[in-house]
Amino acid sequence: MNLAGNRTVAVSSSILLFVTMLAVVGPWISPHEYLTTDFSRILLAPAATNMQFFGTDDLGRDLFVRTMLGIRVTLLIAVVASMVSLVIGVAYGAIAGYVGGRVDAVMMRFVDTLYALPFIFLVILLMVAFESNFFLIFVAIGAINWLDMARIVRGQTLSLREREFVEAARLIGVSTPRIILRHIAPNMLGIVVVYLTLTIPQAILVESFLSFLGLGIQEPQTSLGALVDAGVNQMEGASWMLLIPATLLALILMCFNFLGDGLRDVFDARRKS
Amino acid sequence: MLRYTLLRLLGAIPTLLLVIVLAFLMVHAAPGGPFDDERVLPADVEANIAKAYHLDESLPKQFVRYMSGLLRGDLGPSYRYRDHTVSELIRSGFPLSLQLGAMAITLALLAGVSAGTVAALRQDSLLDRVIMSFAMTGISIPVFVIAPVLVLLLAVKVHWLPAGWSGSAGAAKFVLPVFTLALPQIAYIARLTRASMIDVLGRDFIRTARAQGLSTSTLVRVHALKPAMLPVLSYMGPAIAAILTGSVVVEEVFGIPGLGQFFVRGALNRDYTLVLGIVIFYATLIVFLNLLVDILYGVIDPRVRYK
Repeated sequence: MNLAGNRTVAVSSSILLFVTMLAVVGPWISPHEYLTTDFSRILLAPAATNMQFFGTDDLGRDLFVRTMLGIRVTLLIAVVASMVSLVIGVAYGAIAGYVGGRVDAVMMRFVDTLYALPFIFLVILLMVAFESNFFLIFVAIGAINWLDMARIVRGQTLSLREREFVEAARLIGVSTPRIILRHIAPNMLGIVVVYLTLTIPQAILVESFLSFLGLGIQEPQTSLGALVDAGVNQMEGASWMLLIPATLLALILMCFNFLGDGLRDVFDARRKS
Repeated sequence: MLRYTLLRLLGAIPTLLLVIVLAFLMVHAAPGGPFDDERVLPADVEANIAKAYHLDESLPKQFVRYMSGLLRGDLGPSYRYRDHTVSELIRSGFPLSLQLGAMAITLALLAGVSAGTVAALRQDSLLDRVIMSFAMTGISIPVFVIAPVLVLLLAVKVHWLPAGWSGSAGAAKFVLPVFTLALPQIAYIARLTRASMIDVLGRDFIRTARAQGLSTSTLVRVHALKPAMLPVLSYMGPAIAAILTGSVVVEEVFGIPGLGQFFVRGALNRDYTLVLGIVIFYATLIVFLNLLVDILYGVIDPRVRYK
């Protein structure tokens, strides 16, 4: 199990690393610009000549560069949004778990109430009401995803705070915030990393869903979701406009899910042994 | 039981109220009015419009007006479909969405539970690995990617199935939308069923039943299936929510005139009242279906004590 988990981890993380590198380096290598429209080069099929690997779109923009930019935006939003949910979730869960008692009960009751909310619809409403921008997308996605993290961290904290080394720290007079930061948080690193890798694909999903509906990333900026949306409109004549971003989005999501699953297996095996 | 149901119903009220207040505030905090257009209206016309839609009143007053309408099932007029109220639009779109959703969830349960059970019975075999890889793929690929790609492959490239909704008659037009909508849920349910089936099959009462000489199929049908279904049942709440969200995409891609399409159109047209109304409608639906699942859980598993 351990080995299989490791292999999954190795394969999926290598693919992710490769895609990320390509997205970073690709636009520098290509002679094309993501913004430049060229009406003599509309809807060209993918070809190696002229470095047109992914073809061009209905405005004659180079799709290789646009797709690489889309991957950058998608990954950036996913990682930053996951960090937002990480910070909120860990802080909330650690405080609830460490303080315990009535504070814990109230804080977790609040989380339960939020669980029942159909967040995605509220996020859509938020995007409709306000002009979409990066900051809003980060906050919206981060606000959805911290609940699971808070629950897991709380559970871990509950068991950690009874351990001897925490008790010892308390005895020699270490302050509560310092105990949480220095003694409890580092001990949860493993499980937090596992759930972080599982939060990232969820964040990607929300961002690309919003962009697909036309409510997320706005032109001329782009993301994988926005590219899929553009591809849907052109799919009868220019199937590459749909298939390339769709495949890449699916690939990235699959790799993150396999990575999270594999890491969890490795982590569980280590905990059991 | 009755007491529990009533308590849970009461407990749902604050959640719903929270959704309504949040949604209402978001819409009313939006910069610019709902009728802002490129064409600038004369000041007196604008004042008349504001008056007609009660936008000149204070926020608490508007909220009270909205709530009292809501309690009577009146969600106000749509800002864009000028001749219709939001309630009329929901009534016209929802039946079709409900039909799609019900078909998708039925398919997801049948296919997901069968696949998961087969995988559990043949644990670690090639078949198990294949099913689980498919399941992981199904979970990872979002509906808005599967839907257009399937249309492209099965309807545009080879004309096996109709690509759109209007103009095609019969059951064939349901195939792609329902399948697309069900696919991620089939995957989730298969994974859940496999895990809990493996757990149940390892218990003592199953060993006893097997020792009595029961065939595998009787064993699964009579003894293992029911306890193994409990995690799947508690997943039904999130599944229903995911199918509602998915139907927004599926209806848009296939051009199905259901509630999801009204929602997307409303969102893109900044039809605040329509979007607000549909969000509240969806939220109510999700909260009550979750409640129903919780109550059913107790009916199926008598070990659950109602507190």
